[in-house]
Amino acid sequence: MNVEVTPLPGIGVRKDFATRAGRRIGVVTQRDGKIELIVSKADDVDACLASLPLTADEAGALANLLGAPQLVAQLTEEHRELPGIHTRQLPITEDGLFDGRTLGDTAMRTRTSVSVVAVARAGQVHPSPTPDFTFTAGDLLVAVGTSEGLDAAAKILKQG
Amino acid sequence: MDHTALSLIELGGVFFVLGVLGRLAGRIGLSPIPLYLLGGLCFGSGGLIPLTDIGDFTHLASEIGVVLLLLLLGLEYSAAELFTGLRRSWTAGLLDIVLNALPGAAVALLLGWGPIGAIVMAGVTYISSSGIVAKVLGDLGRLGNRETPVVLSILVFEDLVMALYLPILTAILGGVSFLGGLEAVGISLLVITVVLVIALKFGRYVSAIVDSDDREVFLLKILGAALLVAGLASAMQVSAAVGAFLLGIAVSGSTAHNATRLLEPLRDLFAAVFFVVFGLNTDPASIPPVLGWAVVLALVTTLTKVGTGWWAARRQGIGKLGRARAGAALVARGEFSIVIAGLAVTAGAVDGELAALATAYVLLMAILGPTAARIVEPVARALQRKPREQRTEATA
Repeated sequence: MNVEVTPLPGIGVRKDFATRAGRRIGVVTQRDGKIELIVSKADDVDACLASLPLTADEAGALANLLGAPQLVAQLTEEHRELPGIHTRQLPITEDGLFDGRTLGDTAMRTRTSVSVVAVARAGQVHPSPTPDFTFTAGDLLVAVGTSEGLDAAAKILKQG
Repeated sequence: MDHTALSLIELGGVFFVLGVLGRLAGRIGLSPIPLYLLGGLCFGSGGLIPLTDIGDFTHLASEIGVVLLLLLLGLEYSAAELFTGLRRSWTAGLLDIVLNALPGAAVALLLGWGPIGAIVMAGVTYISSSGIVAKVLGDLGRLGNRETPVVLSILVFEDLVMALYLPILTAILGGVSFLGGLEAVGISLLVITVVLVIALKFGRYVSAIVDSDDREVFLLKILGAALLVAGLASAMQVSAAVGAFLLGIAVSGSTAHNATRLLEPLRDLFAAVFFVVFGLNTDPASIPPVLGWAVVLALVTTLTKVGTGWWAARRQGIGKLGRARAGAALVARGEFSIVIAGLAVTAGAVDGELAALATAYVLLMAILGPTAARIVEPVARALQRKPREQRTEATA
């Protein structure tokens, strides 16, 4: 992907790239750390349809939403050779039981034989989380296991 | 009432009124600069309520205002940014000088203000207000637009030109002989080069000297350094403002960032005093005779700035709408036009009418600029649509 980095003297940096559909999408990072998501107009590629100010948390959440499925897709691709093994992303929700509790608390592996291979949080992937890894709402667990095991794991995260 | 009490009351009244005016400007989406100038006109000689007891304070405060204006401008840029900006925009920058300095110079000559008046007015009509432009771009959500870097690099070029122009102007206004003037220009060129090289190579040491974790210590050190450098520069005839600008460039990284946050409220306060003092020293009665010229200059230099932006954006492969936006974004003039006119008036080397013309011109441009930036898109779209409609009518 050809990301164009353009300095904005006195203001910050613009990083954007052109999508296949011909739109420009990217981020303006201001000196004081303010982040804006920019999307170009359809009829005027020079101008922006929107420049949405995002907090660090919001930017992280958006990166998660975009990045986690890609990670899962990559793992699925790698596991295709192994029949019966699947990869799925499981969210930690605010109304779920494990917001603020650890991976060990879920006893996921013992109960379902499912392995949590990574946790995506705030745009970053934490690989191979240990049992004392504490979840917070918004985390996405990348789990590997059998189809039934993954269903059971999703149920545990929701209902305990 | 004793003198101190009266001064405090007057000063308090002035600040309070400025605050109210600033709020009003924010409400209608304008720069507060024209309103501060109007405030100054009201309080000054020949105005509604002449204030006479705060002269000593406001004189020094307005000097500090100019130093802080330029210091914060310098803090915004790193030396590396200045050099890249210069490389990218020098052709557009030269066109900018020719198109926008000439109208001012021509009007000054027509009005019989001589070559010095021409040089001053050239500066007044040339320089866009980077403060207003940056704010308007942010407000209109155009930071992500493709033409925005073009606009910003022209502003960088203009600010660098100021670093050359101001010391030359100070030398000329000082009434030194031709040889003495050349000497002053030579010294200032040398000083600017040395400072830029220091900023580029050793910027972090300069930053380390003024930096401190303690807010109070930091504030005193950065303000002290700015005034010291400005004073020394002034003694060397390089103009106090440029000294502060160069110090701002030399300070970089997180130090510059913190300094900006710390000094911004101070700059706003002292710069407001500067604009008021400029207004104070201008007799409102002197404005009507030059108003016609101010309007002519405003119209002409609006078109020339739009032309500059259009041309610069086209060279970067920006579409027609973007070119129009780039042009309109540059229209606003403001703080530096007044800084230039202020230098000239204080030196007493120019006709008194010049201050009136500069005031009227900046009043018009500080309002015209943001308005032009806002309405350019619908206007350009309407203009684009028209020929197409006529064509369809013709084929039908």
